[in-house]
Amino acid sequence: MNVIEASGLGKRYGSTWALRECSLAIPAGHVAALVGPNGAGKTTLLNLAVGLAEPTAGGVTVLGGVPPGSPAALDGIAFVAQDTPVYKNLSAADMLHLTRNLNRRLDQDYAEARLAELRIPLNRKAGKLSGGQRAQLALTVALARRPRLLVLDEPVAMLDPVARHDFMATVLAAAADDGVSVVLSSHVLAELERVADYLILLSRGRVQVAGEVDDLLASHRVLTGPAAEAGRYADRPVVHVRRGAAQAHLLVRATADDPVPPGWEAHPVGLEELALAYLREPGAAALPGPARGRNTQPSEVTR
Amino acid sequence: MTALTMPARPDHDAGLRPVPWRRMAWVTWRQHRAALAGVAALLGALAVYLWLTGLQIHHAYATDCHPTSSLACTINFTGRYATTGNVVSIFLQAVPALIGAFTGAPVLARELETGTFRYAWTQGIGRWRWTLGKLVPLAVAVAAAAGAFSMLYSWYNQPFFAAGYVIPFATRMFGLRGVAFAAWTLAAFAIGALAGMLIRRTVPAIAATLAAYAGLALAAALYLREHYITPLLTSNPNLPGSAWITSQWYTNGGKYAFPARGTQIVNALSQLCPGTSNVSPAQCLSQHGYTQWTSYQPGSRFWPFQWIEGGWLLALSVLLIAATVWLVRRRAA
Repeated sequence: MNVIEASGLGKRYGSTWALRECSLAIPAGHVAALVGPNGAGKTTLLNLAVGLAEPTAGGVTVLGGVPPGSPAALDGIAFVAQDTPVYKNLSAADMLHLTRNLNRRLDQDYAEARLAELRIPLNRKAGKLSGGQRAQLALTVALARRPRLLVLDEPVAMLDPVARHDFMATVLAAAADDGVSVVLSSHVLAELERVADYLILLSRGRVQVAGEVDDLLASHRVLTGPAAEAGRYADRPVVHVRRGAAQAHLLVRATADDPVPPGWEAHPVGLEELALAYLREPGAAALPGPARGRNTQPSEVTR
Repeated sequence: MTALTMPARPDHDAGLRPVPWRRMAWVTWRQHRAALAGVAALLGALAVYLWLTGLQIHHAYATDCHPTSSLACTINFTGRYATTGNVVSIFLQAVPALIGAFTGAPVLARELETGTFRYAWTQGIGRWRWTLGKLVPLAVAVAAAAGAFSMLYSWYNQPFFAAGYVIPFATRMFGLRGVAFAAWTLAAFAIGALAGMLIRRTVPAIAATLAAYAGLALAAALYLREHYITPLLTSNPNLPGSAWITSQWYTNGGKYAFPARGTQIVNALSQLCPGTSNVSPAQCLSQHGYTQWTSYQPGSRFWPFQWIEGGWLLALSVLLIAATVWLVRRRAA
């Protein structure tokens, strides 16, 4: 089952396309990270998936074929929007009561235990909580709905490192313990490696990279060699070239078994480095499915 | 890329029962109780004032106004309380607008302004049920409070009508009595809700609501109301005191001559009866073959007019709320 599936999806605001010809399938059972620069269309894609926006072109379904915004979709998806909006004049207990009244179920015990663990007093107004506590409250309320899919839009952008770590720990616990699928957007790359096991890279409103993190890391290598020779690979399936004074670093599509050219060294790549390289090369793509373009022929690198 | 096994969750698929409407009652109450308390405080304070002064007015009328033409009535009733009654009626014109703007406009504008609509509209109940579940109970509550208040106001005003001081159709009273006050409050609320959805910011939405309400109320009072039912036409100069005269003019030999006010009638009088001060204008004109015609609404049409005004305001409110819900359903975030 795909928790989010889009084909030819586009959204235009006025004369500007926020998202264009977006086709992707995010399978269930993952913590999927939606990464891209500001204005890449991350928020737009998530708004379309949770039914807050209507597509201009194409279509999107959620939870294995359900239209966004339909009763089944609303029931199964919990959404925590950017800046984690909560009603400032309501207490944590009120937020829970409110959410219970607006949904078919709410796990009160889970929510109260979670808030107690976070030391968020039930009777304190949300407006008096710290940014991190407010984010945790919004997340707790969302998870207490027992969703099948949790959608988080830039959940940690405004948080300090400790609050960010705690927030992600809660997300990961929910994913691991309850099997909740998670889709989160972020431009904070540092956390991704620990959190995400599925990566979607969005650039200029289009999907650039999509796949399981393990597969992506296994199919990319960094080649380090003399800078003078770097030009030789310019027309090869090189994602990105980073030149130093003497040495050049090439991110190439290659597996650990592919031979390394003489004078060059191959290293495994980290998720942050991989994401950065693709973000710097909006023309490059790594997508599942049938071969697309030159980047899908890794053997050429070593020829 | 296959799905992990999802833990079983209660009946999450086919045949989803929607979240019951009654759940919205607590939500609406919790989130709008401050606004409703404000309405109750405003109307409650006004009601106490009307009750206390109303008792005095009723007492003065009962002791001094038999008959109403007596000098005691003129001095102790009309002379003492007429100004108060006028000031109250002018002040009350603003009350429906204030109630509507301050309860109706924030319902959606505040959610859109603070971003909480992203929470509210992604809950299981669904956004159009959320919207309708808020707007309808709030609309009923403010209209009911206004209706109860206008009953007290009608009681307060009784002596003024009994004394013949005001006619039932008096412009500044008509919208405050009967069903009109509740209907105008409802309309102001509906205007506020729609303005909040369109403008998406609380304070500008409140300002727009007040402006739109003022325009509608003025248009109704000055242009619309007299056309609800075709007026009666008479050439009898002795009209009942409760009649609402909508226009008057003169004919001569079956042909329209001039309106009852303006330069034409002044010129005609100075030509026909120059320098005569012992003949009234009406006598002068009738001596020269002019007939005065009056179109008017008899006082007995007060309640039909109330129901017509209440009816179209109710229809307008339903339309505005429906438009608001429709906008919420299709709004692009």
